[in-house]
Amino acid sequence: MTPPSSSSRPWPAALAASSLLDLVGNTPLVELQRLSPKPSVRLYAKLEGQNPSGSIKDRIAKAMVETAEARGELQPGRELLEPTSGNTGISLAMVARIKGYGLTCVMPANATPERRRLLELMGASIVESPADEGTNGAVQHALRMAEDDPRYFMPFQYANEANVGAHYDGTGTEIAGQLDRVDVLVAGLGTGGTLMGAGARLRESFPDLVVAAAEPLPGDPVIGLRSLEDGYVPPILDVGKLDRKLLVTNAESVAGVRALLEREAIFAGVSSGAVVHVGRKLAQELDEGVVVCVLADGGWKYLSAPFWAAEDVEEAMEKSVWW
Amino acid sequence: MTTVRIPPTLRPDAEGRREVTAGGTTVGEVLLDVAERFPALRARIFENGNIARFVNVYVGGEDIRTQDGLSTPVGDDATVILLPAMAGGVGR
Repeated sequence: MTPPSSSSRPWPAALAASSLLDLVGNTPLVELQRLSPKPSVRLYAKLEGQNPSGSIKDRIAKAMVETAEARGELQPGRELLEPTSGNTGISLAMVARIKGYGLTCVMPANATPERRRLLELMGASIVESPADEGTNGAVQHALRMAEDDPRYFMPFQYANEANVGAHYDGTGTEIAGQLDRVDVLVAGLGTGGTLMGAGARLRESFPDLVVAAAEPLPGDPVIGLRSLEDGYVPPILDVGKLDRKLLVTNAESVAGVRALLEREAIFAGVSSGAVVHVGRKLAQELDEGVVVCVLADGGWKYLSAPFWAAEDVEEAMEKSVWW
Repeated sequence: MTTVRIPPTLRPDAEGRREVTAGGTTVGEVLLDVAERFPALRARIFENGNIARFVNVYVGGEDIRTQDGLSTPVGDDATVILLPAMAGGVGR
């Protein structure tokens, strides 16, 4: 029997998505019974690694592109440009490929070869920014490229309100529908999009909510010798809307990753380990309640990382940005 | 005395030290004590009487901006960490 052409589509496909873009979001929530420090506090994990390209960034990539399309700011033939060596690039590559845009990612020259390779396989072009300028340097480099060449459209996750909107409409709304009570929301602090968007939405349903950020404590080599004037606070991040903001060491993050694996069989990324570390700490402070941890991605992209077998985790990790 | 950790960015203004000790019961007092001993640090850490925009200050691992700011209490055995504000998420 000859399969139908895609244009005629005579078969009903009620259970099939029309593209991966329809599968973004609606991620599962699972209780971490073995990780909760006390029975009276329920700890939950929102498994964002189950998005189609493997991370929470699918939500914002889709939202930023579709918002720009709807506003007429992004037309066929334009090239997407974003400073990213990680999940945002992979998510934008997925969206760009399905929708037919090109994508250029700006990343520090010392980003891992794996990440670069994956982005190239997904069709992205790579532009390197100086390694010693780190993430801030990649941001500044991309901003200059976008200014100089009108062909580029830069979603720019750090300043794009659609990033916050994706988490308000998606992540936050989903959690509000999945639980009858939330006392604490914990997410990793990168752009601030998850914390701002999901935090605002959940606060509407649970007014006493504590919004807590898990933030990486960077090693000295990552901080480098950049001047404070090169500092950067993402425009979408309003620290005043955070109730807690806690530093997490690389060693604590890895301990969290290991605890998730060993006690709940969840294979998560480094930032998820940090989020669970903070989630358990804040759970310990509660007499009773519900703590939700947003786990941004799975552990696959970190398999070749040096920390799994390292005796000194901090030393093994201090030269790189992990999330 | 409180231990104050100085990021690489600010060490040239603190005689190259990785950490210094300082006295005070609040973050503000501790940092003023540091600034008195290392005057070049004052203009880097403070801006219009508050913490400069691109400096983050942590007590017990928590950002003082989500606590009581410069009035955040500091225990004797506490560590105050200074960090430059950096873009996160590029690695994600």
